[in-house]
This record gives sequence, structure tokens and C-alpha cells, in this order.
Amino acid sequence: MDYLLRVEKSAEHGLIDFLKFLLENDRIGGVFTLRKTGADGAFDYGLIHDTALLEDAIPLHPFMPVNAAQDLSHFASMKKPIAVVIRPCELRAFIELVKRSQGSMDHFLMISYTCGGVFPFDVAVSGEPEKELPDYWESVARGQIFPKTRETCRACEHFVPMNADVTVSLIGETVNEVCIFCIHTEKAMHLAEGFESKRIEAELESPAIETLRRERQEEKKKLFENTVIRVNGLDGMIDMFGKCIGCHGCSRVCPICHCILCDFESHLFDYEPSMIEDELYRKGGVRLPTDTVLYHIGRLNHMSFSCVGCGMCTEVCPAGIPVAAIFMRTGEETAQLFDYLPGRDVEEEVPVTVYKEEELSTIGED
Amino acid sequence: MEDQKQKEEFFPKIVGYLCNWCTYAAADLAGSSKMELSPSLNVIRVMCSSRVDYNLVLTTFFGGADGILIAGCHPGDCHYDKGNYYARRRYALLKSILETLKLDPERLQLSWISASEGKRYVDVVNEFTERIKKLGPNPINRNAYY
Repeated sequence: MDYLLRVEKSAEHGLIDFLKFLLENDRIGGVFTLRKTGADGAFDYGLIHDTALLEDAIPLHPFMPVNAAQDLSHFASMKKPIAVVIRPCELRAFIELVKRSQGSMDHFLMISYTCGGVFPFDVAVSGEPEKELPDYWESVARGQIFPKTRETCRACEHFVPMNADVTVSLIGETVNEVCIFCIHTEKAMHLAEGFESKRIEAELESPAIETLRRERQEEKKKLFENTVIRVNGLDGMIDMFGKCIGCHGCSRVCPICHCILCDFESHLFDYEPSMIEDELYRKGGVRLPTDTVLYHIGRLNHMSFSCVGCGMCTEVCPAGIPVAAIFMRTGEETAQLFDYLPGRDVEEEVPVTVYKEEELSTIGED
Repeated sequence: MEDQKQKEEFFPKIVGYLCNWCTYAAADLAGSSKMELSPSLNVIRVMCSSRVDYNLVLTTFFGGADGILIAGCHPGDCHYDKGNYYARRRYALLKSILETLKLDPERLQLSWISASEGKRYVDVVNEFTERIKKLGPNPINRNAYY
């Protein structure tokens, strides 16, 4: 099914033209994309219906103000389809949400792209992120890791979108001159019918993608080794999460953590003074706020196998804890246990909601 | 010398989550058959091994239990048809996370014990107690920073 379309314009303009074409021909009801909000470099995700507003769209800019999967679940069913332009990890996270009945794929035209990573917040909100952009796009064209992107982005090997309807090819392309779309699905083919472009015989996979994947895998190995050394037993956990102030910001921004009432914010963890007193005499001292280590291990149990490694949790952590690296590392182990990859297939069930009779047969025998 | 003495005196506190339909009955059977059993296990009856979610286990563990035993019906024999299959997955998940974080995964055990296996129940509890004795007390009990 996959085929490529080429437009002789910069990738961003080509994509905006495509979105404009879809809107003008009334094939979609709106566009969900990153856009400029103010004069001094502010940006956010927004829904756009009026084509004039596409002027402000910056669909490919390497910023991630929130993980868009969270936003998408708020308008999962509208009268007309919505074209969304999101990163591969956001798309994977949304698929994880769909599995948890927090959205549906039917009403979206999923446009994604081979992703070079995003800037951390401190670069993104510095007021002049534009300064970094030329270097960023150059390293994307060469298929290299851009050192100023997020730690998790540098270690992300799933930068080619899974389950997108349309992929814009960026890695290894001269994005200032050419825009290449890969059409994956029939839905996208029908919507794109009549769009002015040239069909070319080529593959999305390229040597540049291959090189970048290898580089990122190396980087991931390094990152994981580093986190393993730091997370070592109870003392290691206390060292690591001792800085945690218990704000639960990491779960707020996590696209997978969708529960309206998190266990850890419920009365289950409001202790009676007498319980704290018991602990005090038993251990000689008590940490407050309580349960910061427990909270992280609990969250690991609840969602680590679905972690897509977007890095939002590390970004928002006021105490500088590398939450995302720990979750990615642990998540890889837990997902492997059930031969699972978050966001790979919407039909694949969340591992703890299903079982096989013939598995894990050594458990329970001792 | 002092340390060794303390270790000798250490008697573990183990929390057991026992399925109402099998292991809890097995415990009853062991009792009525007058079998001898280590008094280390503090039994909490649950309606199914799948009732034991990760929060229960973690709060028990961080609350200072030296060991945690989850026991339920053999696969295929669940009173609710498939509860123990879910329990098995959850246990594998929790164990894997404790292993990754090096948080004493040996302190957690899942065993299938049916209602007629009073002898097996006694063996499991005694062996598990021995193992925990060797591991020593849960370090969380001495940690004022947790």
C-alpha cells in the first residue's frame, strides 16, 4: 500500500499546503498541530479550522509542550475527521490510550514524521529557540543525534512512526528544499486524492534512518547502564527519589496515566497520625512527605510496560530526577516479559488485562 | 558478636495473602490435621489471588514485612475461572520490577496450593520462613529515610 509523494517545497510548507488542501476541500473538519501563540516565541498545541490560522502553524518544530496523546483523547469523536500532526511517541502513547478506551483512531487522520527529537523545556522557553534550529535541521538531514535534544529523545529508537496514516520523511532529507510524504493507508489515500504532488518510486526506510537507529541504540545502552548503576537496591532508590517532593507532576504529564483518581492521590495514602507515630518508633525516624519511593514503584507497576519514552516526566520534575530513563529502562524489561511493545498495534491488549493459559509455567510451583 | 546474636534471634514477620477457596482451606486442613507450622505467617484472607494488586504488596513490603506470600488455586482451578491467571501475570510483572531495581525480589513468593494440600501448605510456609530467616530482616525497618 505504501507509496511516496514528493513536493518541491520545504517540508514545513509542503505539509502546511497539504493541511490547507484538506481543509479547503472540506475533507477534514480541523487540524491539530503545534502553533505559535505569541510574539516572544510561545507555542502550544491547537485545533485549527480557519485556513488563515495555518499561518501560525509550526507542525514540525522540535518542541513538545505536552504529550499530545492526552489532548487527543479530549476530542476523540467529532462530526468530521481531524488531521493531527504529532510525533511518533505521541502517536504510540495515543494508541496505548485507545487500548484503555480513552479515545478512538477512527476520527483522526494521523500525520507523523521521522523524528529528530525535541528540545528540553529550558531551550524551548528560552525565548530564542530559533537560534538552534539551523543546526538541528542539519543534523536531521545527516541522520545524526542532535546533542541538545532531550535525554530520552537521544536514546529513542522508535522514531519512525508506527500506525500513522501519513508519514513525512525528515531524517536524511534536505528539509529546506523538499517535502516527501509516505501514504500508508487507504483513508489517507482517499483524503490526499488530487493533492498536487509527484508520485515517486522509493522507500521510506533509508540509510540515514538506519544509521540514526544504530546511533540511538548505542546511546540508549549508555543511558540504561547509567540508570542501572544509580538505581541499586533500597539505598539507591532513596538516593534517587530522596529528592522527590511528591508533587506527582510526572503522572500529570504522563500520557499513559489517565486515571481520574490515582491510587496515590486517594485516601489510601492519607495516613492517620497514629500510623506515622508507629513508624516513628519502629524505625527511629520517618520521611515526609511519605511514600515517595512507593509512589514511583507503584507507577512503574501500573504503566511501565506502556511507557513510550517521551520524556515529559523528566522535563517537569522540579527536583531533576531522571524519571523517564528509569521508566524506559524498567518498561523495556516488563514489556519484554509479555513480548509487548507499546504503541505497536492497536489490537494488541494491555498485558495485565489478558493472559495465556500456557505461559509463566514455573511460577507458583515452589 | 552482637550482630550474630541479633541474627539468631531474628524471627521473620511474613504476611500471607491466601485465597479463600483453596489455600485458606488448606490452612484450615493443616490445622485440623494438627500439623506443625511455623508461626511466622500472618494470614490475610482474600477472595481470590487476583485481588492482590501491586499496591497491597508494596504497602506491605514498605510497611516492614520481612516476606510476602501470595497463595491461590492451581492454574485451571480458579473458583472464578481465570483469576489466578491474572494474578500470575501481575506477580511476574512485580517481580521483574523488583529485580530491575534490586529490591529484594526473594522476599516475595507466589505459590499454588489447593484446598486438599494441607501438607504442601505447611511445607511452603516453613521453607519460605527458612529462606527469609537467611535473608535477615527487611532493611526498610531500619531505614529512617524512607
